[in-house]
Formats: sequence, C-alpha cells, structure tokens
Amino acid sequence: MSKHPAWRDTIIAVVVLIIVLVIPLLHRSPAFEDFIIRLSAMALFATSLNLLVGNTGMVSFGHGMFYGFGAYAFALTMQMTELSLPVAAVIAVVATAFAALCVGAICVRLSTEYFAFITLAVQMLFYSIIISWQSLTGGDQGLRGGIPRREFFGFELESQLHLYQFCAIVGVLGLLALRHISVSPFGQTLRMIRDNEDRASFLGIVLWRARLSAFTIAGAFAGLGGVLAALFVSGAYPEFADWPNSGQAIFAVMLGGIHSFLGPVVGGMILLALNDLVTRYTEYHGLILGIVILIFAVGLRRGVLDFIKLIRLGRAR
Amino acid sequence: MNLEIRNLTKAFGGVRAIDDVSLTFPSRSLSAVIGPNGAGKSTFFNLISGAFRADAGQVLLDDEDVGGLSKAERMHRGIGRAFQVASCFPTMTVAENLMASVTAHIGQWGNVSRRFPPPGVRERADEMMELVGLTQVAGVEAAILSHGDQKLLDIAIALALEPKVLLLDEPTAGMGPEERWRMIERVRSLWERQSLTLVFIEHDMDIVFQVANTIRVLCYGRVLAEGTPDEIRNNQAVIDAYLGTEAHAE
Repeated sequence: MSKHPAWRDTIIAVVVLIIVLVIPLLHRSPAFEDFIIRLSAMALFATSLNLLVGNTGMVSFGHGMFYGFGAYAFALTMQMTELSLPVAAVIAVVATAFAALCVGAICVRLSTEYFAFITLAVQMLFYSIIISWQSLTGGDQGLRGGIPRREFFGFELESQLHLYQFCAIVGVLGLLALRHISVSPFGQTLRMIRDNEDRASFLGIVLWRARLSAFTIAGAFAGLGGVLAALFVSGAYPEFADWPNSGQAIFAVMLGGIHSFLGPVVGGMILLALNDLVTRYTEYHGLILGIVILIFAVGLRRGVLDFIKLIRLGRAR
Repeated sequence: MNLEIRNLTKAFGGVRAIDDVSLTFPSRSLSAVIGPNGAGKSTFFNLISGAFRADAGQVLLDDEDVGGLSKAERMHRGIGRAFQVASCFPTMTVAENLMASVTAHIGQWGNVSRRFPPPGVRERADEMMELVGLTQVAGVEAAILSHGDQKLLDIAIALALEPKVLLLDEPTAGMGPEERWRMIERVRSLWERQSLTLVFIEHDMDIVFQVANTIRVLCYGRVLAEGTPDEIRNNQAVIDAYLGTEAHAE
C-alpha cells in the first residue's frame, strides 16, 4: 500500500512525460528516441507481467503471447480496415483482453507449477498458429506490407518525432493506469492472495475470479505494449509471441525488482541498454546478458529497486 | 448468537474423528473445549467453520442450519475463527492486514475505481487494533511480529468480519506462562466488550478452569462430559480419561 496521496503518482507521471517530450525539442538523437519508443512497449509488457508475478504470485511464462496478440491484432486491423489508428489500437487491446480471459479461464485454477507450465504451453500453441496460418499472418516471415499510419489528431506517425511522442504518452498513461490498479483495493486483494490464499478465501475473496481478472488486465496491457511494438517495426513478427520474448519480460521484472512498481521499467531500461551496448561490441551478447543476470540473481538476490528499498529500510532502522 | 451442534459426524478413512456430537453454546457464553491430543477438537472447529464438510449432522446458528454453506457464507452469517498456527498476511503491516480484511468483508475486494483503503476502513482497522492491543505495532510487518502478536493479529482479522460466534483454536499455543495469561485476559475482555459467543480450545487447565463459564470435554470424537468448571473438575470419567494426574496433583 502506498502512504502517499493519490495525486502524487499523477504529478510524477506528468513531470516525467513533460521531460521526455521536451528533450527532442532541445536535441534530436534518433538513438535515444528509438530507445524510448522500445522502452515504452517493454515497460507496459514487463509491468503488466509484474501485476501477476509480484502482486499476485502467479508466474506466467507465456506473457509474450498477449504482446504478440496485440501486435498482430493491431497491424491486421490497420491493414484490413480503414479505421483510425486509435480505434484500431483500442480494438487490438480489447481483443487481447478477451484472448487473455479465455486463456486465463483455463489456467488460473491450476496450482503454481502447473500454471507456469500451461501458460508456456498455450503460448507455444499460439506461436505455432501464427507460423502456420500463413495467409493471415505471413507465417515465419512476419506480417509485411507495413502498417498504414493514418493521421489522427495531428499525429503523423510516419515522423519519428510524432511516433516518439505518441509512444511516450501511451506508455506513461498505461503505466499510470496499472499503478492505479495496483494501489486500488483490488491490488491489495492480489497481495492478500499472494501472501495467504487460504486466509483470503476465508475472508470472502473468490480466488479464481480475482486471479482471472488480474490475468485479463495483465494481458490487455501486454497487448497495448504489442501495439506500440508493431508501430515501431511497422509490422508484426512471430518472435513477439515466442517464449524468448516472454523471457525478456521475466528478465526485466527480475532485474528491476518485483516488489517495486517501477522495478520492471528499470529492468526494461537495463535490458534494452545492455542489448544495444553489448551487440555493438560482441556477437556473444547472450553470454554477457547471462552473466549480468547471474550477478543480479546470485549477488543482489533481488532486483535493483528492491535492493535499494532494502538498503533504505536498513538505514532507517 | 446461539450456536447449536446436532449429531455432527465426520470420518476420515474409517476413523470417526467426530462421532455424533451434539452441543449447545448459548448466546454470549464463554466456553472451553478440552480433550487429549487427537480428540477431534480442531476437526470440530473445522466442521463448524465450514473448512470441512460434515458427513452428517447440523450446525445451527440461531436455529438456522448453516451446515450446507461454504466457509465464506458461514463467515458472513457470523462464524469467525482464528487458527492454531497464526494465519495472517506476512508481507503487510498490521494496519494493512486489518484494512485489507475489512475491505474484503465489506465486499470491496474487487474495486479498482478508487485507492486502497476505501473510506471508513482505516477507522475500523484502528478499532480492531485497539481492541486486541496491537496499536503500538500498527506499522510493523506481520512477518516480524512476535509469536503472541501474530496470534492477536489473527484474532483481530477474525474480528474484522464482525463475528457473533468466535472460535479460537489454542489462542495460547506456543507461549510462555506469563504471555499466556496476558493473551487469555485479552480474549476474555474481548468477549465481555463484544458480547460474543466465544469458544476456545485450550490445553492449559489452569486457564480453562479459571476463565471458561462452561467446559466441554471431547475424547475420541465423542462428548465425554460438559458442565461448569467445578462439575468437570469432579467428574470421574474426565479425571480417568484426561485430567488424571493433573487433578490429583492439585
């Protein structure tokens, strides 16, 4: 639970957003702008996963399928219809939420280990559908032909600057919405379930309903992340929905910290920065990444923000 | 609220853990349930609270049979319980534990439209802490509370649900002699102030005989005896089966 007043989160979000929007007006750097665009997608993806992992104690290995679902749903809607971009994005997110509801209905009643396995299994099923349904998805080549970026409210997403602004706004608003959920009574309910599900059910909480709601919400926000990713690459690729991508989200969550709301965002930053830096110098970037993750896992034994929190608490005592 | 148990039976693989037990706990009574290990005391509580389904028999709350209801529904009807091993939410502070429990109780657990806690909940949680004497540790995480405070928190969580009947499974388990008396005094004052029908399981006979109005003795799943402390103290069957040397030692 947060001890801070409600407006604090909104103020922080607005300030961050203003800073991010002002930077390119002062200095244009395509690399930085790319980074923020990719980060906004990654932040939504990883933070939504943490609603399950950190808040509820449900470790999903298949979160990438909703990221991929959102990307394909959005790209296909834009290609096949004349709908405006925001409408297509909303349709993609709603469709992803529905997909998560259906998948969740199967998964959430299972115990921890089986839940992890079955999310992985459903993701593999979804991935193989993307690969084999060539006429719709383009198969392993990905969905090509580009996404028509129809202008709306003065945004022309062909322009890198406009895409940057759009992604930053959507990313920050999405995170703010997730934050709102996490500090709501429902967010607290998820923590009760994580801590002691027996006691929670004695208190009248319907476990499966709470878990299914969390799973659906998390899926929807991962789908929103997928929409941004599709805009960035102007298409959709099966790798979005593959298990290494789910792994990326889990890494981001673990690197940044599961008990801090912004942990996955920080983790996402570290992960993206590492990817960019390391691939510039060596082709063995998986090796370096593995070592860094090992250092975190064995050395800190928690994510960055959780570690900082622990040190501050220790000092306070 | 009057709690009446009629012909309650529960068997586990052929062993009758509770065997045709009928007992009445009158409104606002303070009763102890005693008996040797394996007598079926915890099972008895599990059957009343709905954690287990009985094979036969009825659980009547003010003459209404709640035996077919789930544990959550029974809790809403007024049966609260605390556990033998304190059951709380370890990563939350004491205040958060209680606010979360009150929030769940008033049906707000699925609410995403506002911030936690909903209005009025903090005040209720403060009352609960006051009642059991945990105000001092309101901001402490449950995981690092002392054993006794965890038991108190467990009871406070049960109270957050506004029970009419409160079942306490060994409230003094694992405590030193002094802490036990402090605990049981709190339980007793709680009973007085909240006009509860309180039933507790206890192994310390000094506490039982001093605190309880009435005592029920369970043995091998059956009611061996019931009565006032004096009646039980002098009941030959109870002395033979359970009190034995302890009673002679006095």
